Amino acid sequence: MSAGDGPGRIERRFAELKSAGRGGLVTFLTAGDPDPETAEEIVLGLPRAGADLIELGMPFSDPMADGPSIQASSLRALKAGASLVKTLDLVKAFRATDDATPIILMGYYNPIYTYGVEKFLADAIEAGVDGLIIVDLPPEEDEELCRPALDAGLNWIRLATPTTDHARLPKVLTNTSGFVYYVSVLGITGTRSAAEGHIEAAVERLRRHTDLPIAVGFGIKTPDAAAAVAGVADAAVVGSAIVDRIAAGLDENGRAAPGLAAEVLDFVGELAAGVRSGQTG
Amino acid sequence: MQQPNTYRAGPDETGHFGIFGGRFVAETLMPLILAVEKAWDEARNDPAFQQEMDSQLKHYVGRPSPLYFARRLTEHFGGAKIYFKRDELNHTGAHKINNTIGQILLARRMGKTRIIAETGAGQHGVATATVCALFDLPCVVYMGTKDIERQAPNVFRMKLLGAEVVPVTSGSRSLKDAMNEALRDWVANVEETFYIIGTVAGPHPYPSMVRDFQSVIGNEVREQMIEAEGRIPDSLVACLGGGSNAMGLFHPFLDDEGVSMYGVEAAGKGLETDEHAASLTGGRPGVLHGNRTYLLQDEDGQINEAHSISAGLDYPGIGPEHSWLKEIGRVEYVSATDDEALQAFQLCSRLEGIIPALEPAHALAFVATIAGDLPKDHIMCMNMCGRGDKDIFTVADALGVKI
Repeated sequence: MSAGDGPGRIERRFAELKSAGRGGLVTFLTAGDPDPETAEEIVLGLPRAGADLIELGMPFSDPMADGPSIQASSLRALKAGASLVKTLDLVKAFRATDDATPIILMGYYNPIYTYGVEKFLADAIEAGVDGLIIVDLPPEEDEELCRPALDAGLNWIRLATPTTDHARLPKVLTNTSGFVYYVSVLGITGTRSAAEGHIEAAVERLRRHTDLPIAVGFGIKTPDAAAAVAGVADAAVVGSAIVDRIAAGLDENGRAAPGLAAEVLDFVGELAAGVRSGQTG
Repeated sequence: MQQPNTYRAGPDETGHFGIFGGRFVAETLMPLILAVEKAWDEARNDPAFQQEMDSQLKHYVGRPSPLYFARRLTEHFGGAKIYFKRDELNHTGAHKINNTIGQILLARRMGKTRIIAETGAGQHGVATATVCALFDLPCVVYMGTKDIERQAPNVFRMKLLGAEVVPVTSGSRSLKDAMNEALRDWVANVEETFYIIGTVAGPHPYPSMVRDFQSVIGNEVREQMIEAEGRIPDSLVACLGGGSNAMGLFHPFLDDEGVSMYGVEAAGKGLETDEHAASLTGGRPGVLHGNRTYLLQDEDGQINEAHSISAGLDYPGIGPEHSWLKEIGRVEYVSATDDEALQAFQLCSRLEGIIPALEPAHALAFVATIAGDLPKDHIMCMNMCGRGDKDIFTVADALGVKI
């Protein structure tokens, strides 16, 4: 639930997807990558391109759980002047154009800790953020940000991984809301791809423990792969493949070449078409 | 909970020293971190484990390391009696092996078949590659390309010992980036891999586990000083990168109230510049690499690059127990610049016939600032935590000498 008046955007969006009989597309990109203007152009175009939920990376100098693509995107954004304040500004700009698509901020704890937890939560809610995924805050550190975020009305989305065994799963699901993000491979973002059979079994295992929607990510790079995942889970998350399109659209000076945003949004369109072709049963 | 009458009870059961420490890691690693904690709890209470440690430390590492009265430096400064704890005489030339022996025994106990490590100066990388050779385990060492350039001899050593050295080109291309990359490897290979962290930092239980392995330094000093002087020292001095040699020297003495302790950070080109590595004196609390601790960072919480002429001190963080000891005031944290360390490096070489590593040269640079004003019956013990062979190219370069 967000902001206290009825179901939040995330819950509503997954309910809509369920009635439409399809899995959703969650897109990830780093706020401010490759520069504030281009990032805004892309993010504002995402709903029309077919993104059902939006994950925005909060740039961090030391993204320990990310592979080379997202590391580079974080550094590009920081070099172009990104900060937590500007990430929240981007969310505000988006909310002025779209009040239905959920926005989830994803990143590492230190920038938030530095900003101040209480002030961050207030400003994030005011900007129109719906949920948080903080990679380096496991359940053992719930008092830091998870509990305050839930109390403030934000969703707290936790990562479950192949190492989250039977004994640990209940702990991971406690204090998780909105949806569960299943990381389908052991490893960092954007490197390996998971076998479909493994994903199906893992999603089934999760469903035995939770009624929350399940999104699956890490290593999903093509419309076909997104379709396959959205067929067994409630949503497919695509990150590095989108970020790679941004990197490919830079000129020799590392600046956005003309038409970059349109190219990225075209790719999101292909992913969305893939997801829409793979109907759930 | 911390017991009121001791500084030595930490961390608490959730891995915290006051507000510092903790377990800020990705979920993928959490089950393993908990498994390491459990295995360590069992091992340290197992006499057979301790016995094997002791045997390796004695016969392979060469412990106990001598406690040496530095007569000429004492006369030169004209005040306190200066002792060196000679941990540079350990096998591989630094204190790092005290810890890698302990961790590899734990890795074997846990049935892990692959070892990874990060390294800055290369001392921890060499110490890890060494024990991997000894126990026949494959070893991958992550090292920033900046450090690979300035520590070429250690890179070659690691390769001779059979380790794979992976150059890290991300970020500042030094120790923090090597640690990021090691963590990425660990996430991808968590089932068979043990990460031998080189300092008293990282997620719980690493800070206290590494401290306990390094405490052999302070424990020996206590015994040796009583034998040499009939009493324990008045002050202890050690350099701090992540802080493992300092923690190992200080921890056994934390409850001896008469013992002053000085941790010497690298002030690089000066604390007033952006180019230093003094997280405790120039940083503020934040969360990185699995723990809350003092960090060099900007106003947005982005981690700043550290700078020091010494690759082993070139880290923007510090072990969480040091952060706590700073806040409660038990240890005094000071700093020495590149130039001061270079002077101490040369002074020690000429007066004592001991070429120190650039890391303890920082500690000696601080000793030089206070020893002369202390009474002649003041006993000061400085940890000579590494030898300087690896640094001769860096020092020659800084002095404008071509070799």
